[in-house]
Amino acid sequence: MPMLTMTVNGVQHTLDVPAGRFLAEVLRYDLKLTGVKIGCNEAECGACTVLVNGRSVDSCIFPALKAQGAEVLTIEGLAAAWRTRQPSSANLHLHENGDQETELEALHPLQEAFVRYGATQCGFCTPGFIMQAKTLLDANPNPSDEEIKHCLKDTYCRCTGYVSIINAVKAAGEKMRTGQMPEPSLPEHVEPLHYVGQPLPRPDAIDKVTGRALYADDYWFEGMLYGATLRSEHPHARILSIDASAAEALPGVWCVLTQKDVPGALCHGLVEADWPVFAGGDYPARYVGDPIALVVAETDELAHDALKRIRVEYEVLPAVTDPVTARRPDAPVLHPDRPDGNLLKHIKVRHGDVEAGFAAADVIVERTYRTPMTEHAFLEPECSIGVPAGWNDPRFGYHDKLTVYVGSQIPYADRDQVARCLGLPKEAVRIKGTVMGGGFGGKEDIAGQIHAALAAQVTGRPVKILYTREESLRFHPKRHPTIIRIKTGAKRDGTITAVEAELYGDSGAYASLGEKVMTRATTHATGPYIVGSAKIDCYAMYTNNAPCGAFRGFGVTQSAFAVESNMDIVAEALGMDPIEFRRKNAMRVGAVTATGQVLRESVGLLTCLEKVETAIREWWREREQESGRTGGQDGASISGRHLSSLFAPLRISNKIYAWGVAAGYKNTGLGGGAPDKSEAEIEVFPNGRAEIRTSSAEMGQNLIGVLAACTAEELGLPIRNVSVLVMDTDLTPDGGPTTASRQTYLSGNAARLAARAMRERLQGVVAEKFDVPPEVIAFHEGLAYVDEARLAAVRGETQGAQNGSQHPLQGSTATLSRSRSISFAEAVKLLIEEGRSPKLRYEYWAPKTQPLGTGGDMHFAFSYAVHAALVSVDTTTGEVTVERVVSAHDVGRAINPLSLLGQIEGGIVMGIGNALTEHYIVENGVPWTQHLGQYKMPGIKHTPQMCNFIVEDPTAEGPYGAKGVGEISSIPISPAITNAIYNAVGVRCLALPVDQDALLLAMKRGERELDRRWGDPPIR
Amino acid sequence: MRWQAYHTPATIDEALALLSRYGGKAQLVAGGTDLILDVQQGNHATPQALIDVTTIRGLDAICEQEGWVVIGAATTHAAIEASPLIRRYGTALAESCSVVGGPQVRNVATIGGNVAHALPAADGTIGLLALNAEVQVCTWNGSAVECAWQPLLSIFAGPGKNRLAVNQMIGAFRFPMRTERTGSAFDRIMRPQGVALPILGVAVQVTLDENGKRAAAVTIALGPAGPIPFRATESEAILLAAPRLDEEAIEAAIVAAQRQAELRTSKHRASKEYRHEMVAVLLRRVLPKAIERAQSRSTFG
Repeated sequence: MPMLTMTVNGVQHTLDVPAGRFLAEVLRYDLKLTGVKIGCNEAECGACTVLVNGRSVDSCIFPALKAQGAEVLTIEGLAAAWRTRQPSSANLHLHENGDQETELEALHPLQEAFVRYGATQCGFCTPGFIMQAKTLLDANPNPSDEEIKHCLKDTYCRCTGYVSIINAVKAAGEKMRTGQMPEPSLPEHVEPLHYVGQPLPRPDAIDKVTGRALYADDYWFEGMLYGATLRSEHPHARILSIDASAAEALPGVWCVLTQKDVPGALCHGLVEADWPVFAGGDYPARYVGDPIALVVAETDELAHDALKRIRVEYEVLPAVTDPVTARRPDAPVLHPDRPDGNLLKHIKVRHGDVEAGFAAADVIVERTYRTPMTEHAFLEPECSIGVPAGWNDPRFGYHDKLTVYVGSQIPYADRDQVARCLGLPKEAVRIKGTVMGGGFGGKEDIAGQIHAALAAQVTGRPVKILYTREESLRFHPKRHPTIIRIKTGAKRDGTITAVEAELYGDSGAYASLGEKVMTRATTHATGPYIVGSAKIDCYAMYTNNAPCGAFRGFGVTQSAFAVESNMDIVAEALGMDPIEFRRKNAMRVGAVTATGQVLRESVGLLTCLEKVETAIREWWREREQESGRTGGQDGASISGRHLSSLFAPLRISNKIYAWGVAAGYKNTGLGGGAPDKSEAEIEVFPNGRAEIRTSSAEMGQNLIGVLAACTAEELGLPIRNVSVLVMDTDLTPDGGPTTASRQTYLSGNAARLAARAMRERLQGVVAEKFDVPPEVIAFHEGLAYVDEARLAAVRGETQGAQNGSQHPLQGSTATLSRSRSISFAEAVKLLIEEGRSPKLRYEYWAPKTQPLGTGGDMHFAFSYAVHAALVSVDTTTGEVTVERVVSAHDVGRAINPLSLLGQIEGGIVMGIGNALTEHYIVENGVPWTQHLGQYKMPGIKHTPQMCNFIVEDPTAEGPYGAKGVGEISSIPISPAITNAIYNAVGVRCLALPVDQDALLLAMKRGERELDRRWGDPPIR
Repeated sequence: MRWQAYHTPATIDEALALLSRYGGKAQLVAGGTDLILDVQQGNHATPQALIDVTTIRGLDAICEQEGWVVIGAATTHAAIEASPLIRRYGTALAESCSVVGGPQVRNVATIGGNVAHALPAADGTIGLLALNAEVQVCTWNGSAVECAWQPLLSIFAGPGKNRLAVNQMIGAFRFPMRTERTGSAFDRIMRPQGVALPILGVAVQVTLDENGKRAAAVTIALGPAGPIPFRATESEAILLAAPRLDEEAIEAAIVAAQRQAELRTSKHRASKEYRHEMVAVLLRRVLPKAIERAQSRSTFG
């Protein structure tokens, strides 16, 4: 093999490398610099960006031998390279578990800024962003937004929406220029407590900006083998035979596993076990991508090469590839054992008398909308590592049971499914979570977990299965494409009298969470409005397309597009302002939903509408002022126009600008009668620390920061003394699935209440020491003390009039007794001396919900949002640009405003993708979209200016009033954009994503409605 | 399987001798951002060996030579974008190279690779074409290398196919350094969805006559408008004949370009009808820009 000599992060290396090796592989796999991430292997995403002789390159397709003699800099070497240039801080060193401030100061300003500005979420893209941004700041430490966008154009982030990244790059530049880093600015929010409500950096942020964070593919085990999966080429085919002999004959191939090797259940599935571990036998391959065999070999490359030597004899079956055809009686049936043909579920909402409702209506609008199949495009492709029971690894220790390392949204479901398919008791399997590079719903179903466990079991070796980006795209469940016919009736005064809707959801080959997703689409198909009557039917259908399941918004993204488009059409027909029409019908306290739920509290929709309306009005006022100042010289045809509507078009040369608005709501938690609970364990230590544990998933949303804040708040501990452990089925109790915007509420409550119970336990022992009633013991900044004011108040009260509140006075209202205080550490020691456990678990059960159709509370909380988009449409090209977004989100309570803003900005940009860029195209069951380059999520150039308001209308049961935000932030934006397009150019886009080609031609032809979208077959 | 050998020759002779020795089983590579992806994604057979031409001394040079601007084949898009010489005398090329991919790609992707890939809408190619560029083809005759200049268009055989033989490579490009009354411009139409190639790209160069009213020379390159990069010669002729380069002349040129170009519908990229419109949109943008640039650099008699 050729010798490669290069200097990496200041250290010279000489290594033997195969001629075909890429630089990213050498850095990651040979030099173990795992901060270099591989997201796509096609120079598309930029996660692998490193500097070669000072220039940035995508190292994933950069032949390693090109770096012969070069100086290479990776994220791991960045801080040291920076410090050597900074004489004043030369004595600073990174230290594990050190004080966060000291550590931040020792980093490169970009790393520090990414931490402080919340510009790292899942963190997978972070090293690439920082390295790429470095090339800009080195040349120009005072870049404009445009320059930053030009530099980071082909570096992709799926979490942040780029706003915080732009701000972080600017802040880093300022620090480089002035030595001072400015503070991030945040939306107004209610007065914070000690930790709850504080915009604290993520607990894992420093690990993520330094490349230290370990994602699944960053783990190596001694003796590890690699698995590669053979997948069906056909959308529907019986597997007649598999001849793997040629593959097995390759030296270095250990085995080829197929269905006959599965010792337990042959199928997995979160709701229904209908998805075969391997297609074969009685289970035909039901989509292109269904697994057929797994090769296990000494290297990843060998495993993939061996796949080509497996001969599969298929009997190709007729395929059904759209949900409407799937419902026809003569359609090919995917699952003959099911009772209703291809019908996964018929979901119904019945509310009042729609016939009477339409009869009473003055205006009736009926349209049919289509939404695309979309892809999560988390930057980290799926990776699972199975480690056999009894395996001892020098780095990761002894494994007493079969263990799967994986970044998964539902560790316990993984465990149960692995155990079931391997024929093992649940307790014989452990899922150990790794840092996770995004999920968005796409890492709920089984990916490689069962295969990796099975391969480890069969070979007795650790086995890693890393999906390529192509495989990830092809394999995992997507967002349901839908066809939604919706009819809305309203009276002249704007009262909505009836909604009738019919939804078809393409659930693809397997159940996944399809039924639940389409239920949510159905129950939310009236929008966040009081409607006199509703009749909604949804058909979730099996087809031979990729399975569809959970994806941020969980069905509501789809129905909201239809609902909010119709709302604008009705408003126009009534001659009403779109905001006024929404306000007229908006849900509020006391309203009854179409499923019969009475909303008793925490409905902040009207406030959201008002905030957004005010902001748009303000924008117009500024335009008018500008126009007045310039005397109309800016070309805007605005002069003399009295603002008749906030949504009027504004022409500036070739472009027409207009605002569009949409509202939305989204449940927090599983709902629909599903028992919903999370369990957390707390342990306090004699060194004054505490650890909170739950299996809930950290996938970038900063759940760990929320749990740390809740725990520190309740225990009065400095937050740096609280650690959080998640996603381990042996060490953390079941927090339930990380889905449905539920974890802040569920696990936040579990952590809060576990910590509170521990506090009460500690209060007991400290109270005994000072001979006072327990409720006067307060905790603050690592001290337990007698609150003298509280004590005086208690003693002043009549005997027996115990305060009903479980929450003792804290913080500013507490009076610290200097003489009667001990450290938290001492308190823990007392607890242990008294023989009481320093560990306890709290099982939090959310309020009961009712199944659909029974009336009552389907959900225990809803979050609300209003989004407005200012778009420009180029009248010569049809190009649509989202220029600005104003949003308001009612989230109950902002536990961490910095992370919350990150969820909002990221959700909005993801929603822009849903409207304008994204479509996973499948043609007759065969994906056209095969590479990331064919699936464009929004890049930094799509990021609009944003103004986001936080509305905090608390929900009584939520932790400190909080409810979910994960999904609502990406729901109303798509229809806000298409409503804006209509307001600008008068063309109503009925299908997503918007196609500039079709839009331009519609404008030219004077067509008012456009049913074509990008990805539809060409017109012949 | 990947390539089994990776060569880093220091001279063109060495590179072509190696290429000939492999007899078609090796592939020249520069930045690799097209070729390696095509190999990885199964659109190109895996070669036995890659021969990296970026290690050839001087192949990444940009210089002025006897009235020409000469650009080595292994010059990166980033270097072209940043070159003062090209920004001044080949603005359209600097502009077209500055929009290819992101900075990470432009730091490695070369102009030679862009041309060799032979896509009818390749940005760098369109830019070069408008500058009346020539390509230097180097041929290994078994014992030595002979290099000869030929018109750029002569190197294209069809979409993704060039006319280079297994003993040939591109050494350099050159375009005439028009110092006076000449301006050029490039623009393109993209879509934000999963299509990497432009819907349409247009580059033009205009040289004004001594009075600054009429065109003394015009080149219009656009693509995709046929199997290979396309020169809108009929439009060029109209502009050359026009008494002044006004709106009327430009509109007439547009009609001619729309008529001459072989526009077609390509799946998920653009409809023929849309491309027809974009020919007009782009020419309306770039022609006035090039004329303006020519005027600003003029010394009129």
